[in-house]
Amino acid sequence: MTEIRIIVCAKQIPDPEAPLSDVSVDAEKLEVIVDAPQVISPFDENALEAAVRLTEDMGGKITVLSLGKKVSDTVLRKSLAAGADELILLEDDQFEKLDSHSTAAALAKAIQKIGDYDLVLTGRQAGDWDSGQVGLLLGEMLGLPCISLARDITIEDGSVVVKKGIPEGYERVKAKMPALVTVSNEVGELRYISRTRMLKMIQGARSIPSWSALEIGVNPEALQKMAITALSSPPDMGRDCQFMEGAPKEMAEKLAAVFMALK
Amino acid sequence: MTEVLILGEIKDGSPDLRTLELLSAGNALSNGAGCSILFMGDSVAEAANKAAAYGPHTVYRVEHPLLKGFQPDLWLGALEQACRRIHPSVLLMGHSFVGMDLGPRLACRLNSRLTTDCIDLSIDPEDGLLLRTKPVSGGNAISVFKCPGQPQLATVRGKVFAPAEPGDRPGDMVDIQVEIDPSMIRVESIEIVEEETVSLDKANVVVAGGAGLGEADGFELLEELAAALRKSFGNVMIGCSRVAVDKGWISSDHQVGLTGTMISPDIYVAVGISGAIQHLVGMVHSKKIIAINTDPACNIFKVADYGIVEDYEDIVPALVEKLEELS
Repeated sequence: MTEIRIIVCAKQIPDPEAPLSDVSVDAEKLEVIVDAPQVISPFDENALEAAVRLTEDMGGKITVLSLGKKVSDTVLRKSLAAGADELILLEDDQFEKLDSHSTAAALAKAIQKIGDYDLVLTGRQAGDWDSGQVGLLLGEMLGLPCISLARDITIEDGSVVVKKGIPEGYERVKAKMPALVTVSNEVGELRYISRTRMLKMIQGARSIPSWSALEIGVNPEALQKMAITALSSPPDMGRDCQFMEGAPKEMAEKLAAVFMALK
Repeated sequence: MTEVLILGEIKDGSPDLRTLELLSAGNALSNGAGCSILFMGDSVAEAANKAAAYGPHTVYRVEHPLLKGFQPDLWLGALEQACRRIHPSVLLMGHSFVGMDLGPRLACRLNSRLTTDCIDLSIDPEDGLLLRTKPVSGGNAISVFKCPGQPQLATVRGKVFAPAEPGDRPGDMVDIQVEIDPSMIRVESIEIVEEETVSLDKANVVVAGGAGLGEADGFELLEELAAALRKSFGNVMIGCSRVAVDKGWISSDHQVGLTGTMISPDIYVAVGISGAIQHLVGMVHSKKIIAINTDPACNIFKVADYGIVEDYEDIVPALVEKLEELS
């Protein structure tokens, strides 16, 4: 096998590492409000990293797909800076707050439109709703062999070989391509992208295609929204932190005394 | 007839603890009828008999030589066939490796909708649908979902429901034949490599490191701290944040949080961990939390009992020295 064609599904979400104070819950509107910058969901970044490594090894093409009501190409252009060849946004008013099933159905249609691929990669779960379903649903809808929780991905003779995390350690599994693989963080974090390279990609003249529901052949009527009946803040987890004062050595000694008192 | 069914998982010939928790979650939904359990595998009789003693409505046995080990394609095929036979109104699975591998694909095949990692469940009396309560946004909010489809599908978080107690009457035993064959296997197993993994949930004290360590060597310093604490606290283990795993500093069995281990040790020491919410949900129930971080505004101090705002490299060696002296 010469070159590999990989599709990476990446979701744009508010930064899940945001400080707690930036997150609030609107119980009336059933919305979680996160006042934080948009980022690519962390496990999707891991998936992108896996894809970039594969194409570095064997050559090929990476297409990144991102679905939402409105996707910021500024955020997603990071994937191009990291080594993806093509970015396609799936944008439609009807793509707002879709449930996992409808998200996967729309992604499946877009992937069928692209047509030519060997591997579809997704993160194991998204950092906003933590549902962990879209990848496997997508694989099932496309009729592909499905492998979850990849720690490492290699290609051998037209098959994908994956080190899949299992409770006892790992299992090495193999499937004929095309196949779907969900990626876990053991794969490694997305490579460092210099600011210059990032800016160049963001300000670049390159236009990013955007496909609507109709353009990928999705009947907007058939899409289902997440059915949320109630939303609330979690119980307060906060504690009053007692800070040690003084020079480092003094603070360390005070902390040692705290430990001894807890014995 | 409405039937609540759970997918049992077997460990060493017995239903595992999560299965007993699922059973009590299922019983609560079954309107007094008791929920049923389904076991799959090449030999499930022993676990099925033990589970029957907990008084479920019915114990379904799906036995087939090809169900030895966990091959997802075969297990999925068998579970799909069993569901089409039993027609449960609700099917609960553990939010486990098996539940999360099978759940989404099963939902797709049965044209139903799954909600994962539920911490509470009830039935809406109006329409009989399952109300699925689940932490979202990494744990920043708790959401209740209601979805169409039959069976109503959910995976359930561990250690939330109390395990079921033995029942008065043994459940009925029913065998279900499934038709599966090797041609259904799309993903072939090459080898299973067992790794020695830490069981963080058994630790009295967890010393955990994150991105703030700056480099993999930081964990050596944490290991020295763990060694010093062992003299006084016994079982002390090393934990970490997701970022530390992403950076390749430490293996993922040490990871604490939503996609790692959820723990509540006597003492949790967070070193160089800023406290992303998906990490906090995994350790916030620790009895005492101690944090060392250079950023006084970071999340971890909001859940900590004791804090030091300083570079850990200036604190940990002195702390180790003092602990050695005191213990």
